[in-house]
Amino acid sequence: MREVVLRAPDDYEGWRDAARALAEARVPPEAVVWRAAADAPDLFVSEAAAAPSDGPSRSLRVPRRFADLAPLVACHGDPERFAFLYRILCRLQDEPRLLDITTDEDVFRIEMMAKSVRRDRHKMTAFVRFREVAVEGAPPAYLAWFEPEHHILALTAPFFVDRFRAMLWTIVTPEARASWDGAALHFGPGGSPDEVPAEDATEEHWRTYYVNIFNPARLKVDAMKREMPVKYWKNLPEASLIAPLIRSAVSSEARMVATPQVTVPKRAAAIVARTEEARAARDAPPPAAVSGAMGGNGLDALRREALACTRCDLHKFATQTVFGEGLSTADLVFVGEQPGDKEDLAGKPFIGPAGALFDRALGEAGIDRTRAYVTNAVKHFKFEPRGKRRIHKKPGVGEINACHHWLEEELKILRPKLTIALGASAIRSLTGQSASVLSSRGTVLTSALAGPVFVTVHPSFLLRLPDEASQRTEYARFVEDLRAAKALAANADGGGLQATGTLL
Amino acid sequence: MARLDITKKLAVLADAAKYDASCASSGAKPRKEPVKAGGIGSITGEGICHSYAPDGRCISLLKLLLTNHCIYDCLYCVNRVSSDVQRARFTPEEVVQLTLDFYRRNYIEGLFLSSGIIRSPDYTMEQLVRVAQLLREEHGFRGYIHLKTIPDADPNLIEQAGRFADRLSINVELPKASSLEKLAPQKQASTIRKAMGGLRLRLDEAEDERRRSRRAPAFAPAGQSTQMIVGADGERDSDILESSATLYSGYKLKRVYYSAYSPIPGSSQGLPARKPPLMREHRLYQADWLYRYYGFAMDEVLGATDGGMLDLDLDPKLAWALRNRQRFPIDVNTAPREELLRVPGLGVRSVDRIIDIRRLTDLRLDDIAKLTRSAKTLRSFVTALDWTPGASLDGAHLAAAVKRPAEQLSLF
Repeated sequence: MREVVLRAPDDYEGWRDAARALAEARVPPEAVVWRAAADAPDLFVSEAAAAPSDGPSRSLRVPRRFADLAPLVACHGDPERFAFLYRILCRLQDEPRLLDITTDEDVFRIEMMAKSVRRDRHKMTAFVRFREVAVEGAPPAYLAWFEPEHHILALTAPFFVDRFRAMLWTIVTPEARASWDGAALHFGPGGSPDEVPAEDATEEHWRTYYVNIFNPARLKVDAMKREMPVKYWKNLPEASLIAPLIRSAVSSEARMVATPQVTVPKRAAAIVARTEEARAARDAPPPAAVSGAMGGNGLDALRREALACTRCDLHKFATQTVFGEGLSTADLVFVGEQPGDKEDLAGKPFIGPAGALFDRALGEAGIDRTRAYVTNAVKHFKFEPRGKRRIHKKPGVGEINACHHWLEEELKILRPKLTIALGASAIRSLTGQSASVLSSRGTVLTSALAGPVFVTVHPSFLLRLPDEASQRTEYARFVEDLRAAKALAANADGGGLQATGTLL
Repeated sequence: MARLDITKKLAVLADAAKYDASCASSGAKPRKEPVKAGGIGSITGEGICHSYAPDGRCISLLKLLLTNHCIYDCLYCVNRVSSDVQRARFTPEEVVQLTLDFYRRNYIEGLFLSSGIIRSPDYTMEQLVRVAQLLREEHGFRGYIHLKTIPDADPNLIEQAGRFADRLSINVELPKASSLEKLAPQKQASTIRKAMGGLRLRLDEAEDERRRSRRAPAFAPAGQSTQMIVGADGERDSDILESSATLYSGYKLKRVYYSAYSPIPGSSQGLPARKPPLMREHRLYQADWLYRYYGFAMDEVLGATDGGMLDLDLDPKLAWALRNRQRFPIDVNTAPREELLRVPGLGVRSVDRIIDIRRLTDLRLDDIAKLTRSAKTLRSFVTALDWTPGASLDGAHLAAAVKRPAEQLSLF
């Protein structure tokens, strides 16, 4: 039988060095006794490294997971922890994937031990309570008394260093203490609760806060005890409030339920009236003068009206109405399908990925977007929520019809030379009929509403194409279509545009 | 009105803040090094609950209202202008001092500051931003800051708030625009949604900037969240959950908090004066989890409701499974992850464990039992190496067998 005595109850490095030597020498687990100095009668340094070999020496391998778990388990309160870790270390030499089998008894146990240490460490970061001690002519010191379940002081102290680097503090536990002097961390012997002052003026504020943040109508004592086990209560300044709060909870709740309001403050009505006035003033349309660029001729009024549109159900889930934008005297009006994700968030049409492609194509076709007007057949975004994303859904005929009103009013004001329908929903709204985009593309349809309507694809069609080659070809065609539309509009100055296509 | 001392103000303004369910200090990127000498604070990323109140709720942040004076008249709110509750107002400096005092003693992870609306939305937002700015710039405070954001406030103020805060939140308050109109006449669902949409665009932009340059300024690195009050206006669970799906998918919220409407002293007429529906709140959170972590479409979750209400006696996953028995049993040794996530009794972690283990060895029912606390429920829905549920899946009393009575306690 060999005995290994470690320097401290949490001496993971000592264990590792000794265990490595023993395991390399194939010393079986049952032939070693492990102890930490604190529990040992005499202190002596382990001779294990020089222990005679029990077979040909081997080189050790451990999975990363073991390297993560072992330092935690070494801090566990279980006196068998070092022997247990050594047994796992030995098993791992023959069963390298052992730790993946969470259903194995040993693996289950090592996980549970690590979990318990992690929890204790976490609770220590939560429940340490410092008390301030004034020091003549120097910054105050902060002292805390804490009783961890496991040997976790050294493991947890770095948390307090990171957080309270600029403070001078000491945490005293029964077994050891950790002190931060502003530059370095020092460990020393354990102590007693008397070393920490009995109170701190701020504790009264903390207790006041605790009482008032509690909602007696939601009493859930078990939930509290699960997360803040009673064993920690004796060192928590707020814990003495718990019993009286629970006792009075039922009557305070009844009071909350039953207390009718006695008086309404006199000034309330006046304040509400003033608030409403301020809002009305803010939301009111600007005085008559309407600037050119963002649409005079009543476009602004129309836009404001459309913001409150509830003609179909789409407004219930969309962020906002995305109205058309551009020059009220534009020759060209582009009509898309509906706003997408980004348009919905920003309240502007064609600014997402399809919008970027559209802008590029317009540029190549020599069309200045700021001189045109861009809008959609449907002015709210229709989508299907899927996790953290919204999946675009094609608007139905019902929604297109409901929203037709706005497009109609826009076009009445705009009276462009040419309207360009981008895709099927736009054709539907502009002509009232369904048409295949691909067969009517490049032709001019007539619309009672808009006059001549030039048909092309929606830019998002280009984004959905699977391969680069067809993307290039189709993009070039799209630019060609835009050029053609521009030329048509320019020629329209002379005479009216003739329809070249028919609806199928 | 007599001037109140700090203790009295703290009592009033903590009491006024307790109806906000959010307390999380998680979701932020870990940070350790104080920005300047004498600075204080760190963020671990996982969030720490420093205490628990007897209502079972975590106390992680100092949750306060800057003031409970308010010019709005939201009927469900204890601080509405027509309420005769005692009023108080902190100065920004007082909140800063309390935050630092509490933080230095390790009572809290940081500050969650909200406010009644005073004078105007902009003025109020300025005051909130002022507190965060003092903490960050004057005191080098590196702890967590959550600021409630007022939807009508100037975008410049929201920009500043995002500079100083880890998290911003705008409360949607009620799941339906019509309820909001009725109960919170000064608030507008459209304004709230627009503000959240704007915030999401800004968060995306900041993330992009950070990806390009590590030195780009952070903007609310812990994202945005919101809260909905449950049970104030006869809304159905389906209204609430549809609204949540819209919020998660559109605005990338970290969390939607559900807050069971709690009777308030001197409550307005027309609101339920009864114990808050805590079990309902719990079921909503479970359904929310199914949508966010278990790959359920909201339609599927809602498919397991009756008249738009979740079953109070069954967790929503079990309710769904009972109505979709044809999809079970699922073989734990071969089923893909998405399928395993559908099994009642298996959480995300247990599923990941199963996938790890089964690469090495076939699983028996006992093995699975070690990975979950609901082995009894689970066995009706899976097959394992030594186990098939047999007829139990079709048994008419399966529902009864796995059903546990809801633990909704009555008032007395």
